[in-house]
Amino acid sequence: MDVFTDPTNIDAYVSGFLWILKLTGASAVCALLLGVLLAAMRVSPVPVLRGFGTAWVNIFRNTPLTLVIFFCYFGLYSTLGLSLADDLNLNNFWLGVVGLSVYTAAFVCEAIRSGINTVPTGQAEAARAIGLSFAQTLRIVVLPQATRAVVAPFGSILIALCKNATIVGTIGLIEASTVMKDLINSYGNAVIPIFLVFAGTFAAFLIPTGYFFGWLANRLAVKR
Amino acid sequence: MSTSSVLYDHPGPRAKIRNTVLSVVLGVGVVGLLWWIYSKFDQAGQWEARLWEPFTEPATWTQFILPGLWATLKAAAVGMVLSLAFGLVFAVGRLSDRWWISVPAGAVVEFFRAVPLLLMIFFVFYGVPFLIKGPVSAFWAVVIGLTLYNGSVLAEAFRAGIRSVPGGQSEAAYAVGLRKSQVMRLILIPQAARAMLPIIVSQLVVLLKDTALGYIVAYPELLQRGVNDLSANYGNIIAAAMVAAAIYIITNSLLTALAGWLDRRTGTRRARRPRQNRTVAADPTVAEPQG
Amino acid sequence: MRIKRVAAIAAVGALSFAMTACGSDETGSGGSGATGIVGKAESQKKLVVGVKADQPGLGLQTGSQYEGFDIEIAKIIAKGLGVEESGIEWKTTTTPNREPFIQQGTVDLVVATYTINDERKQKINFAGPYFIAGQDLLVKADSTIAGPEQLDGKTVCSVSASTPAKRIQSDYPKAKLQQFDSYSKCLPLLANGQVDAVTTDDIILAGYAAQSQYAGKFKVVGKTFSEEPYGIGLKKDDKAGCEKVNEILKAAASDGTYKAAWDKTLGSSGKAAPELDTTKLTNCGSV
Repeated sequence: MDVFTDPTNIDAYVSGFLWILKLTGASAVCALLLGVLLAAMRVSPVPVLRGFGTAWVNIFRNTPLTLVIFFCYFGLYSTLGLSLADDLNLNNFWLGVVGLSVYTAAFVCEAIRSGINTVPTGQAEAARAIGLSFAQTLRIVVLPQATRAVVAPFGSILIALCKNATIVGTIGLIEASTVMKDLINSYGNAVIPIFLVFAGTFAAFLIPTGYFFGWLANRLAVKR
Repeated sequence: MSTSSVLYDHPGPRAKIRNTVLSVVLGVGVVGLLWWIYSKFDQAGQWEARLWEPFTEPATWTQFILPGLWATLKAAAVGMVLSLAFGLVFAVGRLSDRWWISVPAGAVVEFFRAVPLLLMIFFVFYGVPFLIKGPVSAFWAVVIGLTLYNGSVLAEAFRAGIRSVPGGQSEAAYAVGLRKSQVMRLILIPQAARAMLPIIVSQLVVLLKDTALGYIVAYPELLQRGVNDLSANYGNIIAAAMVAAAIYIITNSLLTALAGWLDRRTGTRRARRPRQNRTVAADPTVAEPQG
Repeated sequence: MRIKRVAAIAAVGALSFAMTACGSDETGSGGSGATGIVGKAESQKKLVVGVKADQPGLGLQTGSQYEGFDIEIAKIIAKGLGVEESGIEWKTTTTPNREPFIQQGTVDLVVATYTINDERKQKINFAGPYFIAGQDLLVKADSTIAGPEQLDGKTVCSVSASTPAKRIQSDYPKAKLQQFDSYSKCLPLLANGQVDAVTTDDIILAGYAAQSQYAGKFKVVGKTFSEEPYGIGLKKDDKAGCEKVNEILKAAASDGTYKAAWDKTLGSSGKAAPELDTTKLTNCGSV
């Protein structure tokens, strides 16, 4: 099992997973903000905003993430000249964050919209009746109840985001799946242990996350 | 979206003006952005006829794009059937009363839901041949990876679906004298399956998108054939990617529309379940996103 | 009920796809075994050859056909083993899956700009070399880069885990390396200036530079900084097959078929056919 004792391999393994964690963290924040914005756009009274939000969601939910990341690199960076950092790896990292965020934001938006749907219409009607505006209704009455209902889908979106971060490897970022591919190609006879280590690391992060969100959803569930 | 019309009043005169102004301003903004993107692409020569001409030749379609699309659909269809079987088996296994069935089933489902699809496809393609001492074709690497992942997601969905069948159904079944396996088979699964139909079809959309990962093991699906190979011949990688993206969007939109149609058809055939189904998890629009 | 019937028909349909996919994807694999390619060619009159699909001039898949110098060499070898062109099944290989394909029997031979090196020799056997290439740089026509020493701080693009990429990482660590899964992704970046150079074997670079859509935009620097002998990959224990392939190469060098293969494909670039140095052929792993 010399593949596990070689320090360069261990370095590669650690740095690969660090990239995944950084990608997940940055993209989760951006996707959340973007998703809330998109959801607000989709329920707003302005038709152009509604159309924009709907178009966004329909495009990104129906396109493979691989293509989205591809366009981030070849469209945003190569053609439009949008360089996000000087260092090559950081640039690829941020392009990956952009791609992951715009893709995941579509799912966040849909989750929030479904959450808004769980709020009984009586709540929003009562809010209108006492004279609250659109923004106030959302902020004070609807969203607080809606967010408590979407915790569980958010958990699964976060888990999927973490796994999707491996796709950023297609634009040259040396993250966990690329490291695993290189190790398997170099140490052909240790394929199963290598896979179990990498898969196990992902499982060690993501299975507890899943249980945590399940517990959180139960705790925060609105008892109606 | 009943709540949306409740969130704001029917627009009065001032609101109408404000909405129109906002619409125009934002509309101009969006058009301006699109125009800027268009001209930047033009600067880079991406709209040159030479890059787009190959798409007017039938050979491009019959030799690159359509075979790629066919391979994608093939993998998605086989993957869906196997995922359904996998999901059903493991959902029932997890609900078993015997711990020596439910615990391993649970472990398997949790494990495969947590491992990235990319890792699984790599492993099946490069690793399993060392186990079975023979080659694994790219098709089966992609399909097995898809089955394990989507099967686990479906297993969880089925479990939720079976548990959402009103308790009175299984109580009545037990009262009549049916055994656990008969209750499952005759009462619970048929009712759960009908409710799960939208989720199943939306998972099909996810499956279709996930086949794009096959290009990493050189499975000749749409990305590999229609983007990589095509651009190796004609040097038009961005144009090819745009065409591929359009095909994916159209195909997946058709599938989603199919899901909606199926939902409406199965819904009106029996007494509609009370719409107080307030759990977000049952909503088909929040199927897990995957690359 | 309707839904069950529809579902049943769909399941049967998908399963029949699976059966046909099973059948069509598994033919031609797992055949070499202990008899090696010589035995397989004689008995089945068929060979599965792994080639590249995205390298113009060497191995390019144009629709349903494969074209290129490697393809012609593979045809010469197959003919020498008694397999006609119609009995060859071509399989696309990528840089990282050439060894696994040979080891698992997915292909019998690999003729895919396959550089012979010691690391690979531990897993498979090599016949040849049938061509000596060298790692080189492709730059914009007006670039001032004249060699790898001038790559400090510049961005270089290559294919992940390929020999040229590894060499840049180990010998020229000050260069910034951008890796993709295929060279065709590197080229638009070079045209737009996001990378300063693309690196791989000079003959592959020449093939890309000669494509009509890039005519006049790029130039190959012309200063090779390594030696890349292209070999033919086979199973590690198939010594007899390896020796037979070397014999076929010797014959091709002397009877003009090697030169004809070159002229038909890479010769259009104007370069004359190189001499195949038959003294440098491998000893097929015999000590």
